Amino acid sequence: MDHFPTNWGRPRNDAFDAYGTYPIAQRQNNHGNDAFAEGVQHTQQPIVTGTSVLAIKYKDGIMMAADNLASYGSLARFKDVQRLHPVGNNTVIGAGGDMSDFQYIQALLDELMVEEFTEQDGHSLGPSEIHEYLSHVMYARRSKINPLWNSLIVGGFKDGKRFLSYVDLLGTTYSASTLATGYGSYIAQPLLRKAVEGNEDTLTEDEAVKILETSMKVLFYRDARSLNKYQIARITADGVSISESRSAETSWSFAEDIRGYGAQTQ
Amino acid sequence: MFRNTYDSDNTVFSPQGRLHQVEYALEAVKQGSAAVGLRSKTHSILLALKRSTGELASYQQKMFRIDDHVGIAIAGLTSDARVLSNFMRQQAMSSKMAFNRPVPVNRLVSAIADKAQVNTQEYGRRPYGVGFLVIGQDQTGPHLYEFSPSGNSYEYYAMSIGARSQSAKTYLEKHYESFADSSLEDLIKHGLHALRETLQQDKDLNVNNTSIGIVGPPSSFEKTSSVSFRILEGDAIQPFLDTMVPKEISAPAAPAPAAANEDVQMAE
Amino acid sequence: MTSIGTGYDLSASTYSPDGRIFQVEYANKAVENSGTAIGLRVKDGVVLAVEKLVHSKLLIPEANRRIQTLDRHIGLTTAGLLADGRQLANRAREESSNFRDSFKSPATVKYIADRLGSYVQVYTLYSSVRPFGISTIIGGVDQDGPSLFIIEPSGVFFGYHGAAVGKGRQLAKTELEKLKLSELSTRQAVIEAARIIYLVHDDSKEKEFELEMSWIGDETNGLHVPVPKALFAEAEQKAKAALEDFE
Repeated sequence: MDHFPTNWGRPRNDAFDAYGTYPIAQRQNNHGNDAFAEGVQHTQQPIVTGTSVLAIKYKDGIMMAADNLASYGSLARFKDVQRLHPVGNNTVIGAGGDMSDFQYIQALLDELMVEEFTEQDGHSLGPSEIHEYLSHVMYARRSKINPLWNSLIVGGFKDGKRFLSYVDLLGTTYSASTLATGYGSYIAQPLLRKAVEGNEDTLTEDEAVKILETSMKVLFYRDARSLNKYQIARITADGVSISESRSAETSWSFAEDIRGYGAQTQ
Repeated sequence: MFRNTYDSDNTVFSPQGRLHQVEYALEAVKQGSAAVGLRSKTHSILLALKRSTGELASYQQKMFRIDDHVGIAIAGLTSDARVLSNFMRQQAMSSKMAFNRPVPVNRLVSAIADKAQVNTQEYGRRPYGVGFLVIGQDQTGPHLYEFSPSGNSYEYYAMSIGARSQSAKTYLEKHYESFADSSLEDLIKHGLHALRETLQQDKDLNVNNTSIGIVGPPSSFEKTSSVSFRILEGDAIQPFLDTMVPKEISAPAAPAPAAANEDVQMAE
Repeated sequence: MTSIGTGYDLSASTYSPDGRIFQVEYANKAVENSGTAIGLRVKDGVVLAVEKLVHSKLLIPEANRRIQTLDRHIGLTTAGLLADGRQLANRAREESSNFRDSFKSPATVKYIADRLGSYVQVYTLYSSVRPFGISTIIGGVDQDGPSLFIIEPSGVFFGYHGAAVGKGRQLAKTELEKLKLSELSTRQAVIEAARIIYLVHDDSKEKEFELEMSWIGDETNGLHVPVPKALFAEAEQKAKAALEDFE
């Protein structure tokens, strides 16, 4: 049995054992010549993963959405994980990718915020400072060939200004008025752009919620690593609020008509 | 060899709980020529008196730029000041690097104060022999701090350090309540008046022996549009010197707008 | 003083023939010259208050703080050498942060007091350092409720209901003993703290002073923060009124 979830469902490398004839330990060349023959290896793939995070600008600030699923390969392993994390009073980060790396990042930022709090001097770290800091952490780790396997969205509202930016395991950063990570960057991003671009300053809170709800629903239909249970974070002049988990109404009756899925015999 | 039993190094408390080595370091600050700092709602400024060792020597630098938003004036050992100001520059750079945020001025001052404290508690080092006035502007507005070798730092409306700085302090205490709403020109005028108090009888401020450091929007006398920290020297300060009220009238009688106030009685 | 000139008082690593360490005693002298600081541990929180002696009228009020925050839920104030206090607070922040790193939960106040006590004690062992010239009051609210400690220059630390260090500590202790501390609310304690600081300040001998207060309790959501302006003003005004009645 191959215990690496990312190998599941994929064809084996038939260069050396096309049909899995040998138990893993007895496969040819399954071990190096000595302990260092293959060099030092760091993280090469995420293990327990979160999928898309969506974020948009709207009239009063930033709104973000992420579902509550942490997958173990294709297994829906943890179904009550919060992937939106408040940092101070003006910022939320949302994470896709490796959840243990994300937990590490949360601890890192929490420590930073305690340091900032203890100064008690009227200065505080806002979303842009936190994003800058995170981008250095991510880039430094990837430069050690030992990345934190995440794509992160940093959203915030401070001093009357909205902030929305992205950083990932490579240290790549960019900002836009709509952002999405993972599968969402293919499926939801076009929907978000269409609804938000040009309307950032007029979209109301209700409209923004609706846009995210629709996109999360589409993602749930299309993304096999998603869950119909998600949270929405709002960051406005009043601070941060993250909703309780909610779900979108879906209908699967059409599936009956899909050949190979429904009850058809042929 | 020593003045008393308890002043040979800084790991010894005197029976009164004093640290003589630290107190002597404070004396080193008083050996340096004077520097004055003032703050208004919009500006922080520094003024300093430069010394020259003789006709053939240039004037000793008294002000250093730390970052776009911070500058210092020093009194005491210049070499110690250069070590500390390099440290401050590093702190400022790392804040810019890590957070893309200009370092908050109070944290910068605390950082060198904490560094200086170590030299008052451990054997084999001496306390720093230099005092700073630090000005800067950050999210909480313009600031003026004093740093001293004892490891203390304080924020002030106005302050002076260095030789004969008590005279300048007396001037500042008399006028500080008007500083908050002063224009930059008036603030500098007050600063020059205060700095003049530290001069010996036969000396006067001139374009060669005076430095002015500014954080905040430029004066009409300046050729810049910058709000960053800048040091004015040479001919650039002539227009400011021209605003000064000649000494005979100004010092005791005080210029008209700065009225005596109810606070004076509380001075001592 | 009998110690002077004997040569037994020049280093923390030297005992006198009768078993005293004079350098530590001299460090206590540095504490005694400082403005008074007090702490009150009450029913649902802790209040810290200091008499901040103002050495110049050019100082900006409220800017130069003597009460420091160590972690979200712990505060500290010192009497003695101000710079030593900052050093100790920085160490305390490290301890607190390391605890969070190791256990993913906030440290108890007692743990921090214990660690700081050990840290301060080390500075009484060697001739290459001097003891800390400060007495420290550390207070906070943790999983076990409110707690309050004093750490002395010798490194010894004790828990208190009411704590006082610095110049006016005797009078302050007398006043603290009159209070039923375990029955007060944090809000009431703020009023009492202000009154005591105003009472112990010696107008005739001293320079001016500024009152500084912080609190932590249910009302602050377990955060150690400065007392809010409105409450501060009320406490200060009541303190002044009480002082007039007293005289």
